[in-house]
Amino acid sequence: MFFGFFLALRAAGVKASLREFLLLQEAMRENLADFSPEHFYYLARAVLVKDERFLDRFDTVFAQHFKGILAETAELPGEVAVRELPEEWLRRLAEKYLTEEEKAQVKALGGLDKLMETLRQRLAEQKGRHQGGSKWIGTAGTSPFGAYGYNPEGVRIGQEGTRSKSAVKVWDKREFKNLAGDAELGTRNMKIALRRLRRFAREGAASELDLSGTIGATARNAGYLDLQMVPERHNAVRLLLLLDIGGSMDEHVYLCERLFTAARAEFKHLKQLYFHNCPYDSLYSDARMRRQDATPTAEILHRYDRGWKLVLVGDAAMSPYELVTPGGSSSSWNAESGQVWLQRLLDTFPKAAWINPVAERYWASTQTTRMIREMMEGRMYGLTLEGLDQAARKLM
Amino acid sequence: MRFEGTRNFVATEDLKVAVNAAVALQRPLLIKGEPGTGKTVLAQEIANAFGRKLISWHIKSTTKAQQGLYEYDAVSRLRDSQLGDERVHDISNYIVKGKLWEAFEAETAPVLLIDEVDKADIEFPNDLLLELDRMEFHVYETRQTIRARQRPIILITSNNEKELPDAFLRRCFFHYIKFPDRETLARIVDVHYPGISQHLLHEALTSFFALRDLPGLKKRPSTSEFLDWLKLLLAEDIGPEALRESNAAKVIPPLYGALLKNEQDVHLFERVAFLAKRGG
Repeated sequence: MFFGFFLALRAAGVKASLREFLLLQEAMRENLADFSPEHFYYLARAVLVKDERFLDRFDTVFAQHFKGILAETAELPGEVAVRELPEEWLRRLAEKYLTEEEKAQVKALGGLDKLMETLRQRLAEQKGRHQGGSKWIGTAGTSPFGAYGYNPEGVRIGQEGTRSKSAVKVWDKREFKNLAGDAELGTRNMKIALRRLRRFAREGAASELDLSGTIGATARNAGYLDLQMVPERHNAVRLLLLLDIGGSMDEHVYLCERLFTAARAEFKHLKQLYFHNCPYDSLYSDARMRRQDATPTAEILHRYDRGWKLVLVGDAAMSPYELVTPGGSSSSWNAESGQVWLQRLLDTFPKAAWINPVAERYWASTQTTRMIREMMEGRMYGLTLEGLDQAARKLM
Repeated sequence: MRFEGTRNFVATEDLKVAVNAAVALQRPLLIKGEPGTGKTVLAQEIANAFGRKLISWHIKSTTKAQQGLYEYDAVSRLRDSQLGDERVHDISNYIVKGKLWEAFEAETAPVLLIDEVDKADIEFPNDLLLELDRMEFHVYETRQTIRARQRPIILITSNNEKELPDAFLRRCFFHYIKFPDRETLARIVDVHYPGISQHLLHEALTSFFALRDLPGLKKRPSTSEFLDWLKLLLAEDIGPEALRESNAAKVIPPLYGALLKNEQDVHLFERVAFLAKRGG
């Protein structure tokens, strides 16, 4: 049952494993879904999704996949939906709702299996005849099933129309959209982003034995052992943050800056500097980038060692000259091209990441973004929770 | 055995399905959600509903998985040996049982709450995989294996401070408690303050949701804060009229201290209210 749904989920990036899929089967066998689509939705969600970031994706896939089966107004989807109508389910449904008399009639017609077979055929045919139509198999009048008042499509499946309308709403509402990890970073999920950064800055808070403290305390304690523990030294992440200022992305860059500054306490050192479009021979300690705030990039390269982690924030979009040609800078004369300077930075700081506030789907359409991404060896990430997460992982 | 919510706890349909599935298939249930939406209370309520004992294990940043099983108190043994205590010869005197052991030993399967699992070290959940799976563990010092008499109902809560390992997640059911909508919240209030006047409730809900919708709040007030606020309103005998006036005039609702917990939020709210008043 539901192989297609499971595969669709995986294709959409919800990483449900086989183990979870089997658990869902077990749950269905145990009748935990009560034959209600709504309960089935809740159950599948509890079993298959383990992170609220994926709830929205789950809803989307669920809606797409079961549109034809559960929603009255939906078009019949392709072959898949019919084939996947879980037989077991149908059968139990029928058993659940049929009266004794009806069951006898069913038997007369060649048993439930036969009936189900006919039903399936009917479903398949129907799809052909009602191209673009929106209803389940016709009403009682036209269907042989209707003759004895048992209309599996209209009554049992379709009957859920009213109920499933409200049920469908549950996943069509997409209530968890805000929790999706690839949503753009805003004030709402800023907090979570902060936690991500914090995690990057520090891992655990184990304690270790303070040997000299223990000896001292034991001596004072008349020779009876007195263990002393101290918290383990915190991770000493040193971060060099270079921000691209003076373009359309300023708002996002500031957001990013605020984010890192807010997490400042967690880093041992955080040094932030500014550049315009591409780092050249000078970097600026102030966002206004006045001459007196300039620091030669060469000095930065010397002062900070390989242990520093480099994070560049910017849209990486500029005219190609600005990146590859000496003198191509839009703001001042540069004797060496931006590419050269960027490469120097990357050589000095092997742990580096570029955070790009522009949505990832547009990166490929800008030449310099592609080039810089290549220079970064793919370490360019979006300004999203997921992006920050990946960047943090790469920087570790 | 089905969980249908209790007299003191309003469970939404999806929560019920998740709880019942986890109980029926004997898997741990992982609960996440905004602070103050009743994650921890849920465990108590499940225990009440099923008439089971609740064993809570509150996790701190220094908690180790081993502490949930047992601890070998080597330091007191060393001390005892220095003092020449007789107890020192039996190592089992120094095995301190943890919460998991306690849960495994119970006569009837209890409800075990592992609270705020994300506070602990990142490896913490991984260290519990086998124990939660097989419901048994080995005590090396005394060479005995502790097996659960019955599988306890396990609830795990997380506040999202750390990501949990996949292997751990795969073994759990997951439920995200979303913030209740107006209707659900009204039902929750009804459970806590049965006789409350509908009029007051209506005004209070309006104020509350308007406040939650304020963009830029550092800490949005949650269900538990709303309940506290209502309690205060009732205690101070503030009527719906006062609330409605403050809604209409867009000023800070009375006793806002129960809802807004930090200075910046209060300032923000005052500023917004001021602008609205001037604009209106």
